[in-house]
Amino acid sequence: MVSFYKKYGCKPCSILLMMAVWLASCLTILSLSFLLVYVLAQGLPYIDTNIFDIKYTTQNLSLIPALVNTILMVVLALGLATPLGIFAAIYLVEYAKDKNRVVNVVGVTADTLAGIPSIVYGLFGMLFFVSFLKMGFSLLAGSCTVGIMILPLIIRTTEEALRSVPISYREGSYGLGAGKLRTIFVVVLPAAVPGILAGIILSIGRIVGESAALLYTAGTVAALPENIFSSVRTLAVHMYVLASEGLHMEQAAATAVVLLVIVLFINQAAIRLAGKLMKGNPNG
Amino acid sequence: MCLWVRLPNGKSLDKMEKEKIMQAVFLGAACASIILVALICYCILAQGLPAVYQIGISDFFTGVKWRPSNDVYGILPMILGSVYVTAGALCIGVPIGILTAVFLARFCPAKLYSILKPSVELLAGIPSVVYGFFGLMVLVPFVRDSIGGTGNSLLTAALLLGIMILPTIITVTEAALRAVPQSYYEGALALGADHVRSVFYIVVPAARNGILAAVILGIGRAVGETMAVMMVAGNQARMPQGLLEGGRTLTTNIVIEMGYAADLHRDALLATAAVLFIFILLINLSFTYFKEKAVNNG
Repeated sequence: MVSFYKKYGCKPCSILLMMAVWLASCLTILSLSFLLVYVLAQGLPYIDTNIFDIKYTTQNLSLIPALVNTILMVVLALGLATPLGIFAAIYLVEYAKDKNRVVNVVGVTADTLAGIPSIVYGLFGMLFFVSFLKMGFSLLAGSCTVGIMILPLIIRTTEEALRSVPISYREGSYGLGAGKLRTIFVVVLPAAVPGILAGIILSIGRIVGESAALLYTAGTVAALPENIFSSVRTLAVHMYVLASEGLHMEQAAATAVVLLVIVLFINQAAIRLAGKLMKGNPNG
Repeated sequence: MCLWVRLPNGKSLDKMEKEKIMQAVFLGAACASIILVALICYCILAQGLPAVYQIGISDFFTGVKWRPSNDVYGILPMILGSVYVTAGALCIGVPIGILTAVFLARFCPAKLYSILKPSVELLAGIPSVVYGFFGLMVLVPFVRDSIGGTGNSLLTAALLLGIMILPTIITVTEAALRAVPQSYYEGALALGADHVRSVFYIVVPAARNGILAAVILGIGRAVGETMAVMMVAGNQARMPQGLLEGGRTLTTNIVIEMGYAADLHRDALLATAAVLFIFILLINLSFTYFKEKAVNNG
């Protein structure tokens, strides 16, 4: 008790503030655990073999096509955004000089992209990819849209990962006679891989959870795509459609469980990788 | 990967050329985000703003009726809906978020921290449809039974958004609190303040710019959220009649009607998106301003 007083004081104001702090944290953790427990309790009983059928029908409401579509969407979007994001980050870190105007402008625009709500991305995708480039409601239009959405995340995480590679690595490489390009691809990038991967995994989480941007770019067809111009629905859109119809709450809950498990797994992987980066690099 | 590029005539590029080409490629990639922002601005504004003129600037912004079937497009109800819902979310999310961040940064025992911090990150990763589902199944009946109304109301949306913006506010505020030099805290202790007072009277005020940036980011999240709000807010396109009545926000207005809109109706929705976009740009600018100020002061 004595140490308690020493640490926290015994003035009523201090005790009140401390109680407020504990209460707020309890509320945060309670709302999270309630949400998780509730969704799991609602959805787990309805996870059966029906919703894992290969083909979607109005009877079984299978989520497998949506799951496959989600994976395709992730692969395509990453294929578009990852090279672009990594190259942009390489320019910002390795080539641009400090206080360069390009760095400032790119930084501001990346922050802007990160702040744009997903429905605005959805409308942009609808206007530009679906109508202007005539892709129609398609896998391709959807993946281009979410590709732009995750671009700032990839740029920022790669930038951070590259900056945490010690300058001595680069100097060592130059000292051995390697050029700038070789240094970047052979020395700097491999050293930054865990950080870059963490960013990519976070982006996967965002794509998997995205619904507003895909509703008017990828459409809501619940079938496996024939090609990249087929309209598809991802898991999050699938869940939204089920829940908003109001008729299939059980299946919506089951889909929510699958969605949650995937997203939680992805986030954990990203956190692990980021932790590995911290440990592996004493200067980071 | 590009060290093996060969020209059509079989000669490999000489080293300097390769360096130059790749530098140009990197620069191009860096400029892509600038081009994309310009493209998004152009697409949304070029389609939306002419509709505003066609409808009439004052009719569009101050009109209290949204009746697409009669070609009456006033978005004041949606602007107010967004403002109410966001303000409500801030009332819930900001105090809880900031206090939780203070707890994480200054009060939390190490063991508890290793559970709490991942939980907050987890809260940030949950998709908005899952939040919406939770709101629909839990918050709507809760509000209906214990507070009143039909449950599909602005208050429900505010409650849900309050939870959704927590991780944003907590993460940014915690970073701001951790950036305050330890000497500030120690100085307060040396002057005889206890732990709680040192934290609340010295560390928290010193981090005020960072905390403000956190709140602004939270506002951005709340204003931009679509799916979760749509599932719980009732979505009636009319002036907000009270917290327990249904209402519609800018984002939900777009997503509900875009599916079947045509002609002026469609352009009016794009104009709604343009208004939302301008709001978000302003919010982003002030976020950047306070973030830079926090960095400079720290």
